[in-house]
Amino acid sequence: MDWLYILMPIAGVKIFWPGLIILGIGVGVIGGFFGMGGAWMVTPGLNILGFPMAFAIGTDIAHMAGKSLISTMRHGKFGNVDYKLGFIMLFGTIAGFEIGAQMIMWLERIGKVDMVVRWIYLLLLAFITWMVFSDVAKRKAKEKAAIAAGQEVDKMATGLEWHKTLHKIKIPPMIHLDVAGIYCSAWLPIAVSFFTGWLAGILGIGGGLIRMPSLIYLVGCPTHVAVGTDLFEVMISGLYGAASYTYKGRVELVAAIIMLIGAAMGAQVGAVATKYIKGYGIRIAFGLAVIGCGISVFLKLLPIYVPSVNKVCDVIATYLILGLVSALAIYITMKMVEGAKRELAIKAAKAAKSA
Amino acid sequence: MLMKWKALLAGLTTFLLLAPAAAFAAGGGGAPIVIVADTRKLSGIMAWWANLYNESHLYFTIMTVILIPLIGVIFGVLADIIMHFIGIDLKSRDLAEH
Repeated sequence: MDWLYILMPIAGVKIFWPGLIILGIGVGVIGGFFGMGGAWMVTPGLNILGFPMAFAIGTDIAHMAGKSLISTMRHGKFGNVDYKLGFIMLFGTIAGFEIGAQMIMWLERIGKVDMVVRWIYLLLLAFITWMVFSDVAKRKAKEKAAIAAGQEVDKMATGLEWHKTLHKIKIPPMIHLDVAGIYCSAWLPIAVSFFTGWLAGILGIGGGLIRMPSLIYLVGCPTHVAVGTDLFEVMISGLYGAASYTYKGRVELVAAIIMLIGAAMGAQVGAVATKYIKGYGIRIAFGLAVIGCGISVFLKLLPIYVPSVNKVCDVIATYLILGLVSALAIYITMKMVEGAKRELAIKAAKAAKSA
Repeated sequence: MLMKWKALLAGLTTFLLLAPAAAFAAGGGGAPIVIVADTRKLSGIMAWWANLYNESHLYFTIMTVILIPLIGVIFGVLADIIMHFIGIDLKSRDLAEH
């Protein structure tokens, strides 16, 4: 069965290549659906396959750029990408990412970087989880109140409405974002993208996990537009990140290419699945993914304080992430298949009627 | 309400400013990592690839930036063709709510 293993030319280790393709498909489906790169899922997956950690982040970012490109193209056709917003945010994302990446190299030289990064990450994930679920709870409360009053809740109603407060800031230049349906100061998306880009650079991720909820809760994008526009950002920052990490010698391109074969196809499935799932359905699934990510980061931090549980935590974290990736990817794929079947049945019924 | 926002902003700023300081306080002093590919076991395109990595990270980077989007588009378009063949509408969506 030697043919199932490939020698990585840079890292010098033999890797089970079908595992890379399967991992690629899983993160591709999730990435295309949520609008994120999925670094937190890929790193432990690569680790299980025997991949050296020194290359994990860079390799992940390299494959992320390719799969985000194809997802962006698909979301663009669905009208989910606000290119104007995307281009404005690019400036902040790139500046923030580079500052963050430089900062992490500097922190690496000092040592103990892992602990600092993981604590920042954990706090951030806890905050995002709270934000998503309090939004869902508030929206449900609105729905209940509307039903009690004998009315129907507005389709565009949201739970958290921080963006409305931020839209009141009228620092020129003011901009109209037609696809997202927003009128705000240009400084709002620039500031949000700089901050999320900086965090992405520090944490060594594409930034989708942070930027997607920021686009919803701070900028005020509808969920589908947030997913599409975020993928556009992930594509650019991923490509920039890939160049940056490759230049620093941290990318195993052969592995990235093998993963990309699965991820590019999976990303299409994830992107098409957004056609069939409502905005709040995407938000809830996203919140669950963030919880899984948070628990895995916590399990990585725990052994620092209780060294005896190191091995147990490692195993639990790895299985938790892979289990979550599999469950989410299967759920999204099933929803996509269900939706596609429904669509085809409607088409067939229409064709039968007209005939 | 404004006070709450100010307190939140101040807390966040303090945390971000203190994060590098916390790393400094943790001590350490690791040297920059230099990784060199071992080309002895490789042949053909893999050996060429590893040599390119060892000789010039710049050319290696240029190749990466070209290859990644290209391969992504090739396989993405392949998936597109399959879904189009099945009959899925790949150009519009009906759901428009938050």
